[in-house]
Amino acid sequence: MTDHTTPQSLRTEAIEALLIEKNLLTTEDIDTVLTTFSEQVGPMNGAKLVARAWTDEAFKTRLLEDATTIIQEYGFEGGQVDKLVVKACTESVHHVVVCTLCSCYPWAVLGLPPRWYKDPGYRSRIVREPRTVLKEMGLTLPDTTNIKVWDSSAEIRYLVLPLRPAGTEALDETALAELITRDTMIGVAAIEPLL
Amino acid sequence: MDGIHDLGGQIGYNALGHTRDEAVFKDRWEATVFAMVQACARAGAYQNIDQFRHAVERINPQAYLDHGYYGRWLGAVETLLVEAGILTTNEITERAHALGASPNDLIAARPSQGANPATGYPAPRKPATEVAAFKTGDPVQTTQDSPLGHTRLPGYARDKPGLITACQGLWPYPDLRAHGYGAQHQHLYTVTFNSLELGFTEAFELNLDLFEPYLSAAEAIK
Repeated sequence: MTDHTTPQSLRTEAIEALLIEKNLLTTEDIDTVLTTFSEQVGPMNGAKLVARAWTDEAFKTRLLEDATTIIQEYGFEGGQVDKLVVKACTESVHHVVVCTLCSCYPWAVLGLPPRWYKDPGYRSRIVREPRTVLKEMGLTLPDTTNIKVWDSSAEIRYLVLPLRPAGTEALDETALAELITRDTMIGVAAIEPLL
Repeated sequence: MDGIHDLGGQIGYNALGHTRDEAVFKDRWEATVFAMVQACARAGAYQNIDQFRHAVERINPQAYLDHGYYGRWLGAVETLLVEAGILTTNEITERAHALGASPNDLIAARPSQGANPATGYPAPRKPATEVAAFKTGDPVQTTQDSPLGHTRLPGYARDKPGLITACQGLWPYPDLRAHGYGAQHQHLYTVTFNSLELGFTEAFELNLDLFEPYLSAAEAIK
């Protein structure tokens, strides 16, 4: 983390001091936020679900039918998911997730959203020209691939189940989970084949 | 409400700023803002996520674009704290100046000076129904209505034909909950749109989760 001051950091500091004086906030609260979202919650949780779905067909079926129950069973922290829906990519269908009105994101399985997900460029363009945007982000889809965009406008959160890459047949669940990045579960990247 | 937050389909924001990896919080103040949002909830400065989202939507639009995600949250936190009577704009500004802030800094917060946004907006467009009005496969038309208050129908999908592709049950209705009407529930549906019907030139499928009051029955799309 950097430590320079900006108008926003100074105003935050002012409100922080006033809230601490009124016993409405403690520095421990801030440390808890830092620890929770830096260490306990993040895309590693979503990657566990994807890796298991790739190796366990019955689990994949359950995940696609009722992911909400599964994340409750796993006990992922982080909140922000009243209902989780998982969308599986196929050879002919690609899914990609956005929230154009704010920045809704499945915290419990992906952690806090990256900056670009919350900024105007992605939010304005992915619902207007997804093929072009994905290409700019490094994912060139065949013209025959149907793109399905999920704009998270209510409390349902979406997670993309990416395609399992070729060349990974010998890998176990733990090794597979390491290949699965945040971007592939938002739907803005695919996992390269292992050769 | 119409506003800067309703970014879907807008022209002019070209840069994606995509990075594969980044720190969860770039600066400590971002984590502080996160903790202050939680503190606001504990202090009763907002009751639910819709009131919080609406506070973000009401900040200074230039700050919305320039201050980043946690800058937007900062604006919402200050708005809610001032509207709840917990802090005043003056005491925050005085403290910020004492810490070295400039009088010329753009302040994101815009607490309501008049009617309280939690109660000051018109009431429901349609009462909740017990039984879902639509089923999977039904063609629908979205409303062209743009309410003054909070809503979750993006502008790009107003007055457009779509198809119900999933029934999601009853959920708290944001348009009312954001304004202090309590948790009235409405039926929620996944509605699938053809991008060309939305007026875009690339062909793809677009899905939104929309509440029943945003929808009316329509003729089947050809």
